[in-house]
Amino acid sequence: MVTPEQLKNWIESGFDGAQVTVEGDGHHFEANIVAAEFEGKSRIQRHQLVYAALGDKMKAEVHALSMKTLTPSEA
Amino acid sequence: MTEQTSMQDQIKQTVTDNKVVLFMKGNANFPQCGFSGKSVQILTALDAEFVTVDVLSNDQIRDGIKQYSNWPTIPQLYINGEFIGGCDIITEMYEAGELKDTLGQSA
Repeated sequence: MVTPEQLKNWIESGFDGAQVTVEGDGHHFEANIVAAEFEGKSRIQRHQLVYAALGDKMKAEVHALSMKTLTPSEA
Repeated sequence: MTEQTSMQDQIKQTVTDNKVVLFMKGNANFPQCGFSGKSVQILTALDAEFVTVDVLSNDQIRDGIKQYSNWPTIPQLYINGEFIGGCDIITEMYEAGELKDTLGQSA
C-alpha cells in the first residue's frame, strides 16, 4: 500500500524544489503542491504535470488523489 | 479501424453531441464513488442539464476516456466538447463561481 511519504517523494521527483505535503489513507490522498512550474498554467495543465510525474504509479496504486496546485506567488 | 480508434470516435461523438457530459462511476441516481457523487451533486446544485456515462458498464470506455483526455482518473467532466477536469477541478471551479459561467455559456 502506498504511504503519503512515498507519494510525496514521487511528486517531488517530478518538480525542482517544489513544496509538497501529502495526507492519505493508502488509497485516497490529498496533496498540496507549490511549484514554480505551475506558473502560467491552467488547473488542468497543473494536474496533468503531477500525473505525468506519477506516471504508471498513478494507475496502479493511487486510487484517488485530490490536489491543490499553486505557484509560489499564489501560496 | 481498430476497436480502440472506434472507441475514441464514440467518445468524441458523445462529447460533441451533448453540451455537458460527465463520465462517472455509476449514474446520477446511484453514483458508485464519492468523487463521482460529489460531481453529480455540484452539477445538480447548478441546475445543469447533463448526460452521464457509466464507465463501470464498459471497460473499453473506462480505459478509452483516460486515453482521450490524457487523464488517469474518473470522473471526467466535458462541457461543449472540452475536457474541464476531475472532481477536484469541478469543485474548485464551483467554489470560485467559474463553473456556473462555463455552464451558462453551454445553455
